[in-house]
Amino acid sequence: MSHDHSLNPETMPNEPEKATLEGKNKFIGFWFFLGGETVLFASLFGTYIALNNSTAGGPTANELFGLELVFIMTILLLTSSLTSVYAMYHMKNNDFKKMQLWLGITAILGISFLACEIYEFTHYITGYGFTFRSSAFGSAFYTLVGFHGGHVTFGLAWLIGLMIRNAKRGLNLYNAPKYYVFSLYWHFIDVIWVFIFTVVYLMGKVG
Amino acid sequence: MADNTNSNEVNPFQKQKNKEEMQKQLITFALMILFTIIAFVIVATGMMDSMFVTPILLILAIVQVAFQLYYFMHMKDKGHDMPAVMMYGGLGAAILTLAALGVITWW
Repeated sequence: MSHDHSLNPETMPNEPEKATLEGKNKFIGFWFFLGGETVLFASLFGTYIALNNSTAGGPTANELFGLELVFIMTILLLTSSLTSVYAMYHMKNNDFKKMQLWLGITAILGISFLACEIYEFTHYITGYGFTFRSSAFGSAFYTLVGFHGGHVTFGLAWLIGLMIRNAKRGLNLYNAPKYYVFSLYWHFIDVIWVFIFTVVYLMGKVG
Repeated sequence: MADNTNSNEVNPFQKQKNKEEMQKQLITFALMILFTIIAFVIVATGMMDSMFVTPILLILAIVQVAFQLYYFMHMKDKGHDMPAVMMYGGLGAAILTLAALGVITWW
């Protein structure tokens, strides 16, 4: 790793995340990973679609889901996607403090989303006795939505780790790719959520 | 790590370009929120037959995801040929998986 990657107006490249070979490799490698994640989530969605009517006499999708909470969660996650776009905008303008600020807002929105999801699961378990073992529908639901929640949890840990680790370093060509790759991951989580709220919640309500 | 010499400055041309890009992103975001609201309203009001609702919801979702990938994740920009190959490769396998799991339940 070269140790002189610091940025100033003269050396600031247009795309600091792809200015080094390491950055380019991270960029390509991460998209490769996202391609694999697409397949992983497709199999979970396929399982859910195959099993969502196998309720074994337990609560059905239509009885369980409430659209209000899902709508709030969707707006939270969608907004956090925009705030991470703002963070990358400030990265490209070489404004480290504003980038950290917007990433902080992203983290807060992500935590709020996760809190809603935990509330939702607790509500299903205590209010309806709907658990992972209730039915094939239950297993498929908790696996799919829980896996997404797990991705959010991991993303939050990653983001907070990045922000703390680099707080005193400022922006340079060594950590710019790290931030950029995180933003890709965070958008991808939102991509998955768009399909979850459509396929699981909205289509579950329609029947 | 070297001292960072951040001074919040980039060349003005690039800064202007970044600003224009950000405006596009904001329009994208507004459209995504709009699509989300349409999808929820259709379901919440039950204004349409479920035969029509499902395809409409799926189309809205696909358009939203395309916005997310091409604008927020910059797949529309130059130098994103490999990412496109990866994503479409993943998508191809994803469609096969969904088709297979769909067929075994509806057969």
